[in-house]
Amino acid sequence: MAGLSFDLIALQLFAGLALGAIYVLFAIGLSLIFGMLTVVNFAHGAFYMVGAYVGLYLISIGGNFWICLVAVPILIGLFGLAVERVLIRPLYGRGIDYPLLLTFGLSYVMVECVRIAFGKTGYPFDTPEVLQGAVNIGVGYFPLYRLFVIGATAVVLLALWLFLEKTSFGLIIRAGARDPQIVRVLGVDVSKVWLIVFGIGTAIAGFAGLLAAPLQGVIPEMGGTILAEAFVVTVVGGMGSIGGAVLAGLLVGVVVSMTSLFAPEMAKVSIFALMAIVLIVRPQGFFGRAGLMS
Amino acid sequence: MTDATESIKEPRTRIVSWYEFATRHRASIAAAVILVFPLLMPFTALAVNILIYGLYALGFNLVFGYLGLLSFGHAALFGTGAYFCGIAIVHFGWPWYAAIAAGIAGGLLMALLIGVLAIRTRGIYFAMVTMALSQCVYYLFYQAVDLTGGENGLRGINVRTIDLFGLRIDFINPMVRYYVIAAFVIAAFFVMSRILASPFGAVIEAVRENEMRARASGYDVTKVRLLTFVLSGGFCGLAGALQALHLSIVPIEILHYETSGLVVMIALLGGMGTFFGPMVGAAVFLVLENVVSVWTVHWQLIVGAIFIACVLFFPAGIWGTLIARGRR
Repeated sequence: MAGLSFDLIALQLFAGLALGAIYVLFAIGLSLIFGMLTVVNFAHGAFYMVGAYVGLYLISIGGNFWICLVAVPILIGLFGLAVERVLIRPLYGRGIDYPLLLTFGLSYVMVECVRIAFGKTGYPFDTPEVLQGAVNIGVGYFPLYRLFVIGATAVVLLALWLFLEKTSFGLIIRAGARDPQIVRVLGVDVSKVWLIVFGIGTAIAGFAGLLAAPLQGVIPEMGGTILAEAFVVTVVGGMGSIGGAVLAGLLVGVVVSMTSLFAPEMAKVSIFALMAIVLIVRPQGFFGRAGLMS
Repeated sequence: MTDATESIKEPRTRIVSWYEFATRHRASIAAAVILVFPLLMPFTALAVNILIYGLYALGFNLVFGYLGLLSFGHAALFGTGAYFCGIAIVHFGWPWYAAIAAGIAGGLLMALLIGVLAIRTRGIYFAMVTMALSQCVYYLFYQAVDLTGGENGLRGINVRTIDLFGLRIDFINPMVRYYVIAAFVIAAFFVMSRILASPFGAVIEAVRENEMRARASGYDVTKVRLLTFVLSGGFCGLAGALQALHLSIVPIEILHYETSGLVVMIALLGGMGTFFGPMVGAAVFLVLENVVSVWTVHWQLIVGAIFIACVLFFPAGIWGTLIARGRR
């Protein structure tokens, strides 16, 4: 265990938080969509992947990273709106599995379209120049870009929280998640709310994909892996709970980075072990409503 | 007047009785179709693939179609069957029949392990938890390089001849290979038909239709679900074992979640909760894949689009829609 100082562990903890931040963004969109529409979006990974590729494309035609940060969520969000309106809406009321199956098929189509447009091999994604290098965070030098990821996630979370808790539209969303029928009786066009929630969820997925791109590069299959891991996050945190997604996302990130420090070969398996433990001890997750699960 | 009504009614009853006859002898019909099937296919390897994936989908359909639980982790059951069979031959030098038994046991065991955890959840969670757990199985087999060959897959599953009661059968010959594998698939069809026709089969469907009522009738719903999942694992394990013998290699991709997705597509395309649906789905899917991949490498695009169309417009699948037409 030579060289395993306190500083190293602290640094690894921060790296885990940066990784966890991506999980949080991804899982929040998933959770938001499920909480409102009771649709498990299997294409969420594909939206994430397309977000990264749109960023790549925008930069190649002369845009910069900061433009992407604004443009990517808007474009992916608009795409999400179209998907909800055209493909998912006909399936409401037809059983909970159908939207899931549909989005699964959609993810096939999206991945293949990206393969046609960009090729099967991956691309590196340059970290923007301002965010290259490392800064001293007290326990050692930490890559600036990862700090930026944590910060950007915090900003998105704050904005989302303000939107949900402080605006009247957020109030409708929260009410709709609790009981869509009552909301409809009160004269709210619930289908419009669902449309917008799906758009917001996918926009956040695209944003997460863009943030993840400089960390791991972009390949068409990048969405599939994170989808399985995000399911772990939602099961651990409790489906439909935003707070649960945040806590569990960070926890999963830290667990991954800690096990890759101590037992690298177990890094991928560890989070599934975490999920197994949660399922045995507390099947509804940290913040899940017991009724949803059983 | 009476004559007229009878002449109108007659074809209707004939169809219904035809349907009942087909239902009663469904396994025999499946056997007959499987026996002449390779004659209809452009090449035998495709027919073998259809058999194996059809069996895999048959096992999956027990959980998805009859029990009503959507599993996205069946690749773990299929893959474990393949790996157990391969490991038994490569590392332990077991004869082929013992290796197939090992494959079935592997499927059952993995289904028990995944089932115990996943059955604790319901509905939409079940899909997510099974998918996450099968991803975990993927990484475990990926890491166990000494046993599984890791990234390169498990190589060297060479079964050239099959000894049966003193007979030596040439397993290399594609036609012979087809009929050896067909024998197992047909046996599986008979077992499946028996399970579905048994009182337990009725309980499985009762749990799907109305869980509360099944519980009120005194059935332990959790146990029924677990047992059904484990049985499904046995069928998928057999399919995996046959796949290992057929390919003489177990690629690690067999555990990838796309293999889980594939069987979902096949079952839905064919018709979930129907006896022949999985086989029909496998045949249509694999023939389609073969045809489309001749003129484009992007067959996933076509397949995905067809699947989306199926979910939107034909949720009963090909066979399910045909049955509904025939019954009307």
